[in-house]
Amino acid sequence: MKDEAVTREDRVASLKGMGCSRKRVEDARFTQGKGNYVDDIKLDGMLFGDFVRSPYAHAKITNIDTSAAMEVPGVLAVLTAADLAPLGLHWMPTLAGDKQMVLADGKVLFQGQEVAFVVAEDRYAAADGIEAVEVEYEELPVIVDPFEALQSDVVLRPDTVGEDGSPADGAHGPRKHHNHIFTWECGDKDPTEQVISNAEVVAEESMYYHRTHPCPLETCGCVASMDKVNGKLTLWGTFQAPHAIRTVVSLISGIEEHNIRVISPDIGGGFGNKVGAYPGYVCSVVASIVTGKPVKWIEDRMDNLMTTAFARDYWMKGRISATKDGKITGLHCHVTADHGGFDACADPTKFPAGFMNICTGSYDIPTAFLEVDGVYTNKAPGGVSYRCSFRVTEAVYFIERMIEVLAIELDMDASELRKINFIKKEQFPYKAALGWEYDSGDYHTAWDKAMKAVDYDGLRAEQKQRIEDFKAGKTRKLLGIGLTHFTEIVGAGPVKNCDILGLGMFDSCEIRIHPTGSAIARLGTISQGQGHATTFAQILASEIGLPADSITIEEGDTDTAPYGLGTYGSRSTPVAGAATAMAGRKIRAKAQMIAAYLLEVHDDDVEFDVDRFVVKGAPEKFKTMKEIAFAAYNQAIPGVEPGLEAVSYYDPPNMTYPFGAYVCVMEIDVDTGVTDIRQFYALDDCGTRINPMIIEGQIHGGLTEALAVALGQEIAYDDMGNVKTGTLMDFFLPTAWEVPNYETDHTVTPSPHHPIGAKGVGESPHVGGVPCFSNAVHDAFRAFGLRQTNMPHDHWRIWRTANELGLHD
Amino acid sequence: MIPASFEYHRPKDMAGVLSILEEHGDDARVMAGGHSLIPMMKLRMADVPHLIDLQDVGGLAGITVGDTITIGAMVTQSDIILHDALADAAPILREASLQIADPQVRYMGTVGGNVANGDPGNDMPGLMQCLDATFTVVGPNGERKIPAREFYEAAYMTGREDDEVMTAVSFAKPAGGHAYEKQKRKIGDYATAAAAVQIVKDGGTCASASIAMTNLSDTPVYSAAAGDALVGTSVDGDAIKAAVSAMLNDIDPVEDNRGPVAFKRHVAGVILARAIERAWARA
Repeated sequence: MKDEAVTREDRVASLKGMGCSRKRVEDARFTQGKGNYVDDIKLDGMLFGDFVRSPYAHAKITNIDTSAAMEVPGVLAVLTAADLAPLGLHWMPTLAGDKQMVLADGKVLFQGQEVAFVVAEDRYAAADGIEAVEVEYEELPVIVDPFEALQSDVVLRPDTVGEDGSPADGAHGPRKHHNHIFTWECGDKDPTEQVISNAEVVAEESMYYHRTHPCPLETCGCVASMDKVNGKLTLWGTFQAPHAIRTVVSLISGIEEHNIRVISPDIGGGFGNKVGAYPGYVCSVVASIVTGKPVKWIEDRMDNLMTTAFARDYWMKGRISATKDGKITGLHCHVTADHGGFDACADPTKFPAGFMNICTGSYDIPTAFLEVDGVYTNKAPGGVSYRCSFRVTEAVYFIERMIEVLAIELDMDASELRKINFIKKEQFPYKAALGWEYDSGDYHTAWDKAMKAVDYDGLRAEQKQRIEDFKAGKTRKLLGIGLTHFTEIVGAGPVKNCDILGLGMFDSCEIRIHPTGSAIARLGTISQGQGHATTFAQILASEIGLPADSITIEEGDTDTAPYGLGTYGSRSTPVAGAATAMAGRKIRAKAQMIAAYLLEVHDDDVEFDVDRFVVKGAPEKFKTMKEIAFAAYNQAIPGVEPGLEAVSYYDPPNMTYPFGAYVCVMEIDVDTGVTDIRQFYALDDCGTRINPMIIEGQIHGGLTEALAVALGQEIAYDDMGNVKTGTLMDFFLPTAWEVPNYETDHTVTPSPHHPIGAKGVGESPHVGGVPCFSNAVHDAFRAFGLRQTNMPHDHWRIWRTANELGLHD
Repeated sequence: MIPASFEYHRPKDMAGVLSILEEHGDDARVMAGGHSLIPMMKLRMADVPHLIDLQDVGGLAGITVGDTITIGAMVTQSDIILHDALADAAPILREASLQIADPQVRYMGTVGGNVANGDPGNDMPGLMQCLDATFTVVGPNGERKIPAREFYEAAYMTGREDDEVMTAVSFAKPAGGHAYEKQKRKIGDYATAAAAVQIVKDGGTCASASIAMTNLSDTPVYSAAAGDALVGTSVDGDAIKAAVSAMLNDIDPVEDNRGPVAFKRHVAGVILARAIERAWARA
């Protein structure tokens, strides 16, 4: 035998397949500054474009004078809406079915809005050109409050008013008011009202999930290059969905799709900020067509924070009903969603409020109703981003706060209340009141493990003592114990109910095995730091029996990669990961025929074993996948085509539902409002675990972003619509200094419908982390009468809470 | 975030600096570490057609420690942290410097730039007022000394003339206990409130106390009354309350993203009380 001394375990280990904490293959490049980001792309004769942006949040534009700018040395062109209008490109469709101005068409709707695009020989000349463009504004009344917007006579968007003066229908049905975008209803309205009005106990609360921003390290940008000789447009950019961008560019520009090549090079973090289409892309393409030269556009940090896809801005009002002993009977949720000047969310078409209807959370709630009203204001557009597309973060925050409020109403321990109401293991697949079918879960096991790990009873005893000490004047610090059990909904998704602008949300993988037993696989997704080149190779290694180190993963070039909807919403593993496994299985099926031929037995007489096919009952007779690969190309096999390739397009039968149990222990100085996180425990169940080390990294990153959002990060506006947090001085981006130690843990409840049982994990820590940090703050003050105080829980807001509760008296 | 075009000057000596300043007047600014000026230029809030880099000017980067301590204007916060003799003689400097920004900034940020710019958020001005330091500036008419406690007029307005360059700060070796207490939202942030305290103890009573506050007015606030409230007391709870109360009469914070005025006043009091307690314990 060739490798007698090698055990089966050795063979498994050498593949570095699923379950292995394989080191990230990307990091050798990234940690040495050898990445290739969009701003690293430099082409001969490349020009640089940048925007004149509005200093006003709402104003009429009476004149734009570009003549002085054209005199600035190095400035070649200044585009305005008037230049784009003949091409029909002064407005563009958003992914939410709305439309958005590319360049200000007669008015501006938010501070920082794109007014003119200056094209120059370098970015310095462009910056000087911007200074020289003279724009005359006539200020209009500014609305930054969505409730005021729904009462106001001020019309933000003239296109929302019909010919008869009444509100015109929007993309998702009739408008209630000219500043209203849509109403989305889900669940049983009347039965829910009935259950709540007849309930023994009802808790009611309003909460605001503030506006924030994912602030990826790399801002958004692109390079557009129109080759007028062959008619081909190449567009490099920070695109989380390169194929969707190609299709959208084709639809709005009229350039045939085969003449467009979209390339996402390395991307420095996305978090949903890089899903949508931005005016910079359109202007760069137009400028390249006009000048015949490549044109680069790169945002600076302020541009990114002030104008590209924000997150949240959800005003949520809830009522939750229960029996006296804590069994939840009904849930009602109303949301007023502030979308800013344009509805530029990236929601599936049928879900204008994303998957907010996951807001019954981890609990068996028999009756529920959700209503969301989308509203225009004078703020930047966006709305779906930040490690949770599709509003799952909002939904989980809502239900995890409502549970805490109900616990207060019932005078019950918040852990106990959760345990009473968790969906039980045997109830899966579980049909939720708002329509989703949860695939699998074991919440009680996860919760009990978490409570035991942190010694929950001990913590509560310590807290009780602390409260006594505080009241006795022995300490000025309170102890908060934040709890969260979240259920996510990811992996969008089944084409039957998920599309964006009509593009079905399947994903894809194409594999080519090389004759010497290595391989390349291309996917429709695109990594922005998630480590796809590492993990997808591991899936394949386990599926096809070739070492992960011998498999190249390539993404992001629409000329070579199969069509897919990209990477966001924790969809890559649930959808493209499934496609990868399925394509691998096609490879394996063909390999089986080849192996049988080589071993001179029937196809059914061989079986797959780690890295080879063996003759059943005769393990000494085998052909390794490496041998099979060589034979596939170099041996004439009757009835079998040469080569070893496969492609799979995967349309998932259902979403996946990762879950987790988090605990945060926080010390709060009531005199200064300073918080200190003493312990953070995160148990995640993302089904089958492909690379535990990468999962842990994802959790650490997501928790850190959650900490930021909960404790200080916001995009704040003043009454005039000025962004108050447009730089990193005021926008809180945590550093190692602010980050606590995280304890990670897990249970494994595979998805029953996913080929490898994996569920996705990228968003979980953010979705679960934000309510956990927030609940810790609330819990610290619960004994003093606090029910709800809105995030971000920065020093002065915590101080205000303490002050209002009389703790400074 | 791209500045308007400017001429970059890098003279070899102070005479060169002064002659460029004389030639270009208001159009010229000197730059030490650049951590205040460069961001202002990038935001196009400062228009500096002639930027004079002081890096190559000799004689500005020394630290001498004796009964009088002198720190050159080009000494970085990192230099201060790493200077053991200075830390022994005036430990409040290291304690304060470690609370300024982050290590990368501290490698570049200088004492001179920090005190000369007149930014109310900077930590060194209040610290220098606490230490009763003297600033040395040099201009076309030669050298001039200005007490730190008289230097600051308003935000970015100081006793330094446009054609003068800050060259050094000096102060008597401090006695007694010290504390620099700072509350900030995050690393790299300016203070929500900060207090610099030096206290001399004689037996069980306070012989002298010097107190200065940072980022609670448009200038640093040296509160003589707060210090006086401690002198002659045993620095007990009542004395600290009196000092805090005196300090609150001297500050005038404004609302910003760090919080409203009431919060800042409350935190200023808490921070000062903690600083006094810590300094007293070390005195």
